[in-house]
Amino acid sequence: MKKITNALALRQIQEDLKKNYDPNKQMVTICAGTGCRGYGCIKVKDSLEAEISKQNLNVEVRATGCFGFCEKGPLVVVHPQKIFYQRVGERDVADIVTKTVMQGEVIEKLLYRDPVTSETVMKEEDVPFYKKQKRLVFGSNGIIDPTQIESYMAIGGYTALAKALSEMSPEGIIDEVKKAALRGRGGGGFMAGTKWEGCRKAHGSPKYIIANGDEGDPGAYMDRSLMEGNPHSVVEGMIIGAYAIGASHGYIYVRNEYPLAVVHLTMAIDSARDAGFLGKNILGSKFSFDISINKGGGAFVCGESSALFASIEGRAGEPRAKYVHAVEKGLWDKPTVLNNVETWANVPLIINKGADWYASIGTEKSKGTKIFSLVGKINNTGLVEVPMGMKLREIIYDIGGGIPKGRKFKAVQTGGPSGGCIPESLLDLPVDFDKLYEVGSMMGSGGMIVMDDRSCMVDVAKYFLAFLQEESCGKCVPCREGVRRMREILEDICAGKGTEGDIDLLEKIATGVADGSLCALGGSAPNPVLSTLRYFRDEYDAHIKDHHCPAGVCKALITYSIDPEKCTGCGVCIKVCPTQATSGEKKKAHTIDNDKCTRCGACIESCKFDAINVK
Amino acid sequence: MTKASIAATTKTIVKKHGRDKSALIAVLQDIQGAFNYLPKDALKAAGKSLGIPFSRVYEVATFYNAFSLKPRGEHIVKICMGTACHVRGAASIQDKMERTLCIKPGETTSDNKFSLETVNCVGACALGPVVVIDTEYHGQMTMNKVDKIIGKFKEGGAQS
Repeated sequence: MKKITNALALRQIQEDLKKNYDPNKQMVTICAGTGCRGYGCIKVKDSLEAEISKQNLNVEVRATGCFGFCEKGPLVVVHPQKIFYQRVGERDVADIVTKTVMQGEVIEKLLYRDPVTSETVMKEEDVPFYKKQKRLVFGSNGIIDPTQIESYMAIGGYTALAKALSEMSPEGIIDEVKKAALRGRGGGGFMAGTKWEGCRKAHGSPKYIIANGDEGDPGAYMDRSLMEGNPHSVVEGMIIGAYAIGASHGYIYVRNEYPLAVVHLTMAIDSARDAGFLGKNILGSKFSFDISINKGGGAFVCGESSALFASIEGRAGEPRAKYVHAVEKGLWDKPTVLNNVETWANVPLIINKGADWYASIGTEKSKGTKIFSLVGKINNTGLVEVPMGMKLREIIYDIGGGIPKGRKFKAVQTGGPSGGCIPESLLDLPVDFDKLYEVGSMMGSGGMIVMDDRSCMVDVAKYFLAFLQEESCGKCVPCREGVRRMREILEDICAGKGTEGDIDLLEKIATGVADGSLCALGGSAPNPVLSTLRYFRDEYDAHIKDHHCPAGVCKALITYSIDPEKCTGCGVCIKVCPTQATSGEKKKAHTIDNDKCTRCGACIESCKFDAINVK
Repeated sequence: MTKASIAATTKTIVKKHGRDKSALIAVLQDIQGAFNYLPKDALKAAGKSLGIPFSRVYEVATFYNAFSLKPRGEHIVKICMGTACHVRGAASIQDKMERTLCIKPGETTSDNKFSLETVNCVGACALGPVVVIDTEYHGQMTMNKVDKIIGKFKEGGAQS
């Protein structure tokens, strides 16, 4: 693409591109996010292309970013009718092309079927999973080709940048972001505009901006899908931010586990540079700015700002005390603004549509939308974007479709390892930064892990503590030693060796760790324990006093037995048991020797008659 | 792989990154890309060319989980231990994988075919429990599937 040197030229090019990317044109889009790739969507895409050329059709097959409804992938949408097909395999390709693309005929069996009413739904926007969402940031993912800058420009991409550079002053942009009350989407929820203002006013140069794409919270993958599916929205947000702050260079720090995000971001940066959106004299202005990508090394603590700076500087990612804020002394001790990927992707929206519009969405103190990764024991796993303030119940039941296999909801874990578990009694909680904090959890980066009655809350607390102990950088004692000790206590409780004083001791250590740790990792490390103690104390008591795991998870506290009524004596459990604990004659009810049984679950997984009981 | 050729490859990598000290992590990532692990000689050569003491190079190489100081197998088997995978039974998959390969995470099979690793979250939560072998994602894993998938790799039938 030729360098674009002013806002007018950009508008002209966008108009031309729109013709090529006409929404009424025949086209097949296929989700090529990581989830759908796992289901084999690339093969489906290849055979769609082959079939279309075999039929001599002039129809584009576009591999887009993640559509969000990962549960039902691979996902395909036939345009312009927007017919939404799910669980598409290579076997369905010929039908899709010859019937739907060529004749407009809808293939009933590929449509989404409502599990309650059994009715099929033809259009994506009518599927219950999408219906209640407000996909402002994430919505373009399903329509643009993330590898083509033209695709982003055709839907108005980089208009916000042109507006910012030609019509707004840096201070004006900061005021707009402040008025929009945009809060950081990475966890802290700090006002982005205030941060920007602090950095702009800070002495020292050069100034830096960073997009934090080190999405370390296990169970959260919205930043991944944004970087992979709509990288230009992040890049555009960063350029606007850099202009507002007066930064000359920016970094995107991406997790090591996200190779596709690195590829797409690299392509986005290169093509933005070619188009004149990055580099010297952006869009013919006096403003120059460029971005480079840093790949992380697989350390959770590098999501913390000062550890992230250390990592970009080529050192071990150890946090430092933050007596001086990053906006004054950040990367290489220069004024730095660090915002999360999703925060940056919100910026073009605010500039395009204005702060008043943005602030009209959401709750009093949490504006706009938030993308959540709704995962775990939930029917409709996927990425959902909803206005701040939506009730947990609506997200889990109306969008998420409730709990699989008719099991009972127990808790939803939000905020990653620093967050907490929210019980059923609080399902009507409106989700925003402050409400989640009030109930002992937090927004975090937006992970929402649903747990049912087969999830043990002591085990979950142990899981997070084990995670945090491994990820603790080891620099300060309260975190290094305290988290380890808490983990040991939880392991004892899960192993049936818990004693009466354990809970008191856990609470005491928790206070010490929270108060004495240097960074937020340690400061919030006790949260998983404290929140489960707050809402699920009876489960701790059952483990300690009764040596019983009510959810049937903790191996030392459960026994397996075979229900003689249900067992048909098929012998599968004997075949799969690694310790020869199951035995019995063919066609007669089998038994399990609990001395030999290691509770590995192999028999449960393979029994077709649901005959294994766990107690 | 001789000491000299390791040093030569390392020097080319360092040069590509402009002999920039802050590029140490990227240099180590490229070294691991070239050798599948971080050979001691490469770490020494990298430190020398970048002007960073060996102790600092070692600190960084051992701080980040992505780096391995030991040679790794032909196929890297990564078990996702993210929260979503955890509540869907990742621990049983790990147990089963350990039994099937007869190794623990961080180890390599004696025939150098497989290395087993655990990873905090691969961000493919809808597929949980997930196992990633090399670059391929295997979703909705069951203990039963572990044998089948590893079996395919042993026969050499699966694409890596």
